[in-house]
Amino acid sequence: MTDRAADALVPTTAARIGVITFPGTLDDVDAARAVRYAGAESVALWHADEDLAGVDAVVVPGGFSYGDYLRAGAIAAQAPIMRAVIDAARRGLPVLGICNGFQILCEAGLLPGALVRNAGLRFICRDQWLRVENTDSVWTSRFEPGAEILVPMKNAEGRYVAAESVLDELEGAGRVLFRYVGDGPAQGNPNGALRDIAGICSADGRVAGLMPHPEHAIDALTGPTDDGLGLFVSVQDWIGTALTGAGTHA
Amino acid sequence: MARVAVDVVIKPEILDPQGKAILSALARTGQPGVSAVRQGKHFDLEVDDSVSDADLEEIAGTLLANPVIETWTVTRMAPETVRSVDTAGTFDTAGTVRDTR
Repeated sequence: MTDRAADALVPTTAARIGVITFPGTLDDVDAARAVRYAGAESVALWHADEDLAGVDAVVVPGGFSYGDYLRAGAIAAQAPIMRAVIDAARRGLPVLGICNGFQILCEAGLLPGALVRNAGLRFICRDQWLRVENTDSVWTSRFEPGAEILVPMKNAEGRYVAAESVLDELEGAGRVLFRYVGDGPAQGNPNGALRDIAGICSADGRVAGLMPHPEHAIDALTGPTDDGLGLFVSVQDWIGTALTGAGTHA
Repeated sequence: MARVAVDVVIKPEILDPQGKAILSALARTGQPGVSAVRQGKHFDLEVDDSVSDADLEEIAGTLLANPVIETWTVTRMAPETVRSVDTAGTFDTAGTVRDTR
């Protein structure tokens, strides 16, 4: 078998991961690139689609869907494709929301809490250290417990808030996925997010959201690190075990 | 047809940095007597008679406001205050905009 023939076989066995584009989405191209970099097939999904084309997982990428009108993510949460995402997520489909995607998942009720204006009112654009707090979720299984990763963040409405009881529940159940960490003026909690929360997941660890951008950190040539690749590889481990029934997640 | 006002404000326990910025600007305009500002949103809805009060609560609580971070009030305006808007976007009451309050 030639190398070319081996390459041709990849798409038929690779995980198929959908990447949604809404009007105003910015990071769908990078998210699709990260999916392919991690060895999966990326499937373009459109906001007006009503089904998910049979994908194994979905990424809701960042940007300014519908111009952030009403509230960031509020209009997108009502889009036809999100009806399908919500139904599929409730049946266990892995879903990752990044930045505006995280805001959309919160507005859609798939994740608790909300993202509001940064405490300093500024749009914050910088490379940010995060600690991976939970390495059992579908999207973080490839990280070492307590690993610290450096990925870009860029948002004006990234301050995570929720009721105290919700925060306690998230902490108690290990559903805080990522926390802002690091010393120095350019690190630590950048926006006043409650309990330094940068990302959370659902009770079953399959629906995850975070404000910083792992899809921009997949190659040291174009990002600060390749730390973000871990999320896109982790989900394929889960899809692989789910498809073969070999793992504990089937 | 009825006109309905929905006012949305961030909950008291949620930091409102925009309100704080407005407050500090107010102090610079020579109005030091204002001690707090909360910024919110106001929605004017024109609804037909099929829309019940319960429908309005659902509209406000599921889309216009996010119950995690915001509170809202729904107010049905008196019928005589209903005004229509023509396609040019100007009020059709003899070229004047009526004060509806």
